[in-house]
Amino acid sequence: MPTTLENWNPGKAQDRHPEVSYEEKEKLFLEVKNDPRYEDFLYGCYECGICVSTCPSARFYDYSPRVIAQAMAREDVERVYDIISEDIWNCAQCFSCLRCPRGNNPGGLVTLLREVAVKNGLQETKDVLQGYSRVIYKVMLKGNQVSPDMLQPDFFPDWGPWVGEFSKNMPVWRKAIPVDTLRGVTDAAWKTNRKTLLELYTIWFETGNMEIIKEIDEGLHDLLADVMQEELEEG
Amino acid sequence: MTETMTTVEEILERKSHAVTRDPEVAPTHDIREALFELEAKGEIVVQRVPENHVEVKTKFGRTKKIPIDHTWHHKSCGQCGHIPGYTSSIFWLHRQFNLDYLDPTDQTSCTGWNYYASATSNAAAQAAVMSRNFAAAYETGYFPTIHCGTSYGHYKEIREQLVHHKGLRDEVRRILDKMGKPLVIPEELVHYSEWVHVMRHKFAEKQTVDMSMIRATVHPACHYYKIVAEDAIYDPDIYGGQRTATVTGTLEALGIDVADYSTWFDCCGFGFRHVLVQRDFTRSFSTLRKIEVMKNEVNPDLTVTHDTGCVTTLDKSQFSAKAHDRNVGIPVLSDAQVAALAMGAHPFRVVQFHWHSTDWRPFLDKLGINWQKYWDEFQNDLELIRAGQKSGITWEDADKPVVYG
Repeated sequence: MPTTLENWNPGKAQDRHPEVSYEEKEKLFLEVKNDPRYEDFLYGCYECGICVSTCPSARFYDYSPRVIAQAMAREDVERVYDIISEDIWNCAQCFSCLRCPRGNNPGGLVTLLREVAVKNGLQETKDVLQGYSRVIYKVMLKGNQVSPDMLQPDFFPDWGPWVGEFSKNMPVWRKAIPVDTLRGVTDAAWKTNRKTLLELYTIWFETGNMEIIKEIDEGLHDLLADVMQEELEEG
Repeated sequence: MTETMTTVEEILERKSHAVTRDPEVAPTHDIREALFELEAKGEIVVQRVPENHVEVKTKFGRTKKIPIDHTWHHKSCGQCGHIPGYTSSIFWLHRQFNLDYLDPTDQTSCTGWNYYASATSNAAAQAAVMSRNFAAAYETGYFPTIHCGTSYGHYKEIREQLVHHKGLRDEVRRILDKMGKPLVIPEELVHYSEWVHVMRHKFAEKQTVDMSMIRATVHPACHYYKIVAEDAIYDPDIYGGQRTATVTGTLEALGIDVADYSTWFDCCGFGFRHVLVQRDFTRSFSTLRKIEVMKNEVNPDLTVTHDTGCVTTLDKSQFSAKAHDRNVGIPVLSDAQVAALAMGAHPFRVVQFHWHSTDWRPFLDKLGINWQKYWDEFQNDLELIRAGQKSGITWEDADKPVVYG
């Protein structure tokens, strides 16, 4: 919803999420504030707006990195909840906002807010990430974010008809690449040896990353955990 | 004008040295000193830059060592997956100078794309992924060169976090112990475009394709020079040292006319999650704030960048904008692909133009390259592969530079 004089709320955003208790909102805020990285990301705010002027998302969404820095600095728990339940997913994570003359890192704050939103399984976050599960599956299992076989016309229709050529010719085009680790590989970006993938799975389990996935998509978690456990047991 | 007013000359004088390039007065600490201190305490291993390196200056005048060879190539999933000519051009350039490099299979992506897209990870996992890769490189004795701008930026950020937070170091070490790996941080984090930058005059010596008739714009990659900004290469002779020198320096060395445009600082619109599942933002930003601005202001033959996401976004987004009759239509390449092409790399066996979407034919036409001839040659390769008479294209097929007649 675009900001207008009627809905502009420069103070506490206390009426926007009455279904969530203040205590719950405060708990989320404190999780962000207590992250060890928080003090590296926020030093104060001049309200100069340099971060907004450079922010790509601010040009296309009702979104402001300055508001995020301000809300966190003022410890405005209600507004931070507003931000964590919606605004954070507009950020492009380009970190242009690091231009801040105060040394703030609004993009970094967004990262912390997102981590807390995911860890606590906020419904809005689940909704945002719903169409993204197949990418999480790929990166956690293969160690690559994208692979050639993802270049399908139904996934990238707006990239034009040439995408159809990618998928139609994929097996032979991939063989026509001189790089040894790429040649012929279609389900990952490059050949990764088994030991390396097992080490990657160990990282996901040991760091609590699997629990994070469980919070956001239990079905995806179970699928990943089954495959990885089996592989790890085989050794 | 009153006597107390600052004159224009005074303002210009002040602005001419607005950025002091003196490491002694740099506003940020030198992370390498902290790394060596941690190494002295036995907390980490610092992998040294190989002897064969070139020294360059970074934003605040510090010296950075860029290794020339004996490098472990930390590949990019977006490049290898969707723009393979980017990767093959980087390796092809190394091969033209017989430089020793390693293309490993014990590397995972940094997983930073996913982290910036979804945050379905945490600091410890991200640091462990980076450290596992660096330990793998250290085991080989080869020094990491990072292909992806996001991996490079993400790792710089993680390096800061590891240095500043003992708890994180302890946690990562605990995980690495299970793999029998040490906690290694390289002396320098090196992006491949920095290697391209220091090699640019060598490339020019071997250049066979005249590019002086080409006008190009440069999109500097956000995660290269905005994250931990002090680590990017700056040169007083390029943009007066006010912007990073990488890419622009390379194009200028190849004789290309680099044209400026007003939205050079804007990001490409990649957005990490946006480019995959929320592309309305990506398409709009990349075409309205970047491509169309370049087109309207300087009408370049080409735009060049040095990161996975930027090449993808700027290239792929143009189709839908064209459908809406926007003023678009600029082919997009990486600096490595341009350098390789200048030295005679085959347009399809090496540069792999066929993975790019925006029409690149006018650009090759302008260079006087009969692309149809080389496309036919490549189609013949594909026929042999389809018929089972050839397993694939190898370096044996691709190494030799094309002599365009």
